[in-house]
Order: sequence, then C-alpha cells, then structure tokens
Amino acid sequence: MSGSLRDTNLEGWNRPPVIVPDGEGELLEVAMGPHHPSTHGVFRMDLALDGERVVRLKPVFGYLHRNHEQIGETVSYLAMMPYTDRLDYICSLTNNWAYALAVEKLVGQAVPERAEYIRVILAELTRIVNHASAIGFLIQEMGASGTPLMYAFREREKILDLFESLTGSRMMCNYMRFGGCRVDPSAAWLDATRKVVAGLPQFAHEFENLLMSNEIVMARCQGVGKLRPELAINAGVTGPMLRASGVNYDIRKVDHYGVYDRFKFRVPLGDHGDIYDRYMVRVLEIHESIGILEQALKEIPGGPVMDPKAKIRGFRPKPGEAYGRIEGPKGELGFYLISDGGNSPYRFRVRPPSLINLTVLEDMCLGHNVADVVLIFGSVDIVLGEVDR
Amino acid sequence: MEEGLKIELGKQGVFVTTIEELYNWGRKNSVWPMQFGLACCAIEMIATTMARYDLARFGAEVFRPSPRQADLMIISGTVTKKMAPQVVRLYNQMAEPRYVIAMGACAISGGPFKQGYNVLKGIDRYIPVDVHIPGCPPRPEALLQAFMTLQKKIEEQPLTGEGRPRHLDAEAQGEFPVPVQGEHDLEPTSNKLVWPLPVVIR
Repeated sequence: MSGSLRDTNLEGWNRPPVIVPDGEGELLEVAMGPHHPSTHGVFRMDLALDGERVVRLKPVFGYLHRNHEQIGETVSYLAMMPYTDRLDYICSLTNNWAYALAVEKLVGQAVPERAEYIRVILAELTRIVNHASAIGFLIQEMGASGTPLMYAFREREKILDLFESLTGSRMMCNYMRFGGCRVDPSAAWLDATRKVVAGLPQFAHEFENLLMSNEIVMARCQGVGKLRPELAINAGVTGPMLRASGVNYDIRKVDHYGVYDRFKFRVPLGDHGDIYDRYMVRVLEIHESIGILEQALKEIPGGPVMDPKAKIRGFRPKPGEAYGRIEGPKGELGFYLISDGGNSPYRFRVRPPSLINLTVLEDMCLGHNVADVVLIFGSVDIVLGEVDR
Repeated sequence: MEEGLKIELGKQGVFVTTIEELYNWGRKNSVWPMQFGLACCAIEMIATTMARYDLARFGAEVFRPSPRQADLMIISGTVTKKMAPQVVRLYNQMAEPRYVIAMGACAISGGPFKQGYNVLKGIDRYIPVDVHIPGCPPRPEALLQAFMTLQKKIEEQPLTGEGRPRHLDAEAQGEFPVPVQGEHDLEPTSNKLVWPLPVVIR
C-alpha cells in the first residue's frame, strides 16, 4: 500500500503518526463532549477520524474534579464517609463498604456477623441497581430511547425505597460505620427486602429476554470493541470488563472479604471480550447477585450491628497504612490510607475502577466507526464522579 | 375582563381569553429541558423522567441533546471551574425564552465540595437562575416542585412592560460573557450583571 507518513500536528499526542493513504483526504478532528448525551456526564474525547474510522482517541477528563482526596486529608475519618457516597453516585453503599473496610484494617476493628450480612445484602442490591442501569444506558445509546432504561429504573426505585427506609436517603446512604452499620434493620425491613428479592428473578428474565437475542443489539455489539485478556490484565482492568475478556478474577472469590466465603455463587466469564460479552456478564451477574441475596436473607443471624468496643469519638488510629478493597459493581474499588496518628489521614487515596477501566478505551476504539465509540464507551460503565474524583 | 362574566360566557360555549394567557399557557406546558447531566443530581433527574415520577405529565419529557432546541437548562450537579465556561457557552447557545433550574446544593453554592479549589461556588455567578432546589441530591419530587414553580413563573410573566420575558425586551442582555481560565481563577470571577456584589449599608 502506498501511503505517506503524515503528522497531524496534534499537540501532546505521543503516538506514532498515522499512515493515511495518498489521496484519501484529511483527518478530521472531532471533540466529543464534555456536553454529549452519551458521555455519562462530563467527559471529552478528542477523536481523529479518517472518514468514519477512528485513528486516534484522546480522553480529556477533569471536568468533575471535586478534590475528594484532598478533602479526605483534611476532615476526620468519619466525616469522609458521606463524601465516599458521592464518588460513584449510583452505588454509594459499596463505596461506603470499601472505605469502612480500609479503616477497619487500619485499626484492626472487628465487625459483628449481622453487620457483615447486612453489608452483603446492601452491596448485592447495589450491584443489581448498577448493572441494570448500565445495561439500560448502553441500550439507550444504541437507539432504544427510554424503554430498557425504564425497566431498569422501575426496579431501581423498588430497591431505592428499601435503601431509603433503612438509611434515610435514596442515593447518598452514608450507612456503614467503622465496626458495623449505623442502624439495625427491623424485621419488617427484612421482610420487605425478601419481597423485593422474590420479584427480582422475574425482572432479570424479563430484562434478558427483552434484549438478549435482539438482532440490532447483536449486530452492533458482537465483535465490536474487543479487549484482549493480556491487555486487560496489563492495564489493571477489573470487574465485569475483565471477566468479559475471560479472566477469572473476582475479589469476592480472591479475598473472601466480609462473609462472601459462606455463599455459593458462580463468576460469569465471557470469551470474546466484546461489548456483547460485557453486557452478558452483567446480566448473568444480576442472576448471581439474586442468588447471594436469597442465601443471605435466609441465613442472617441476630445480634448487634455495631461492635460495642468500636471507638467513635476521638477516633485516632495509630500510625500505619492500610489498603481495603472490595469487588465493586464496576471493578476493584480500593481505598489506601496512611495514618500519622492524627484525626484525619495523612494520605487518602482512592483506586477508582472507572478510571482504570477507561485507560484501555483507545485500544478498544481504534479502527472502529465513530458510532461504535459511543457503545464501547457505554460498555465500560463509568461514573464521572469516580473518574475525576 | 370580569371573572364572573368569563364563567358565564364559558357556560354558553364562548371561550374568552387574552393573548397573554394563551401564549403563556402554551409556553408553560412545553418546557423542553436540555439533556445535560453534570454529576450526582443527573441520576435523580433521569429518575424523574422515568416511569414512577413521569415528568411527561408536565409536558417536559422531551430532553433535547442540542441547546438550540431546548428551553430549560437543569444544572444538575457540581460545576467545576473547568466546566463553567462550557455551561455558560451552552446557555448562550440556547434560544430565548430560556430558563435555568439550579438543582442541588452544588449548583447553588458548591455544596459539600465548596472548599475545593476547583469548584465553582454557585452557577448563578455567571447566568441568571430562575429556580433553586436545595438538597444533596434533591428528591425527584423536589424537581417536580421546581418545574411547577417554573410553570407558575412563566404563567405570570406579562408580555409587555416591566418583568416581560427577555426575548420581548430589545434591551435585555442576550449573550453572557464566557469566563476564561486565568492564572489563579476564572476571569472574571463573576458576572456583575447577574451576581451583583453585596452592598454594605453602614
């Protein structure tokens, strides 16, 4: 192929120049976002297009940078808990758990059994909310404007009602504490949860049948945005993204944090690593989460929800460091804390799954059409609050 | 016209109204918001349009991705200093009559992130805001309340004289200056016309 090496003279793009065949025209630069309906918030992608084909993609973020880490270093340990709600604002309870886990590791705090069960129940409900919404948004970007998202949000409202009656807030729950949970759920709440969980399998099947064998979904998703397992591992991708590429890595199985070793569940794996696999892995994870919920609601023991020896006032951990991580709905969510003995951490660091999963975006998009970029981006399932922090 | 006479005529099958009433009735029932989410509040905004809260009852379910087709901008979330110029630019691109709802504590004042160096302390420093909704995030019911407040505001706007909508006022400000990133802060730090500095009375 005869071609000329053309430098498109784009500042700061440390990539080898693209070979554009002679007489094939110019590269077109397109800025997608920060206000773009498919960017899940405020995210910008600077694309270079050869016709419809993407030859370069440069993500630009920071439009929602809210200084989470700096705030974490100035406020007390407990006062940081409500801020973690606002990191990944679709799944606030898993963020709470990851942060509580990190602090509990730092001070060696034990958690009562009942609190561990409640945490599992809330985390799995959150996972269902997140995966259902993520699929809804993905299909909406494919053109099914509204309908699948309405199914997802119908179920989300039911689960949010449970969150609200337990924690007092729909979205920003601020529920976990170091050494347990804030309030004890009543028997009526547990019954209401059992009722909602009993209705979930029907929703999951309905949602699956609605979309799974849809011709348009298959045509647009299969074989698009493939992610090789080696690249996924090297880039540090975690969560459903990694499992869709066929890598068996689930922190619930690896770390056995909480009481996850007591439940029977399978880890769904994909084998192509394309958009369709990521979508299917999420659908199957909803089924597995329902299974965990059923087991946890059956086995939940009585007892306190807060360790009576847990220190709340004058909380000053000894100097040291700790890293707590959980399998969040989007991937490995970790908090890294260094304590210098004061009442706020010396260093507060979040390992956001959304940001790290996003690093492979260019590799997945190159060579695809610009319309596929929207879908590939949607299948990563990010929340900008967590990407920019 | 007298209210009693109007009702009497209505019974006879004669519908009497003023241009102003008819015009505002049409405007208030087709407020099209811009599809534009910034942060956490955007999820509650989406929840408001979904089946349970059903924003369509207020004639506002048509979310337009283009500012040219939108009447209402819902500032749903934290506006950072990197995003603020974009927000003002989008507002400038909207056609009159245009309205703004500041949704949540962050859009009003910076909210819990106010201490951050990168967070704008309220979008009303740059563009005029019609309705503020407190909350972090506000419930969907609160957004519905804001919609009803806005509809009432539109309904009561006279077409002539003082307080008329900006598109009927030849002297009203159309373009709002877009701030630029300066050395330390956005420049200017606020639009003096919509955010006058407080006057200290001694």
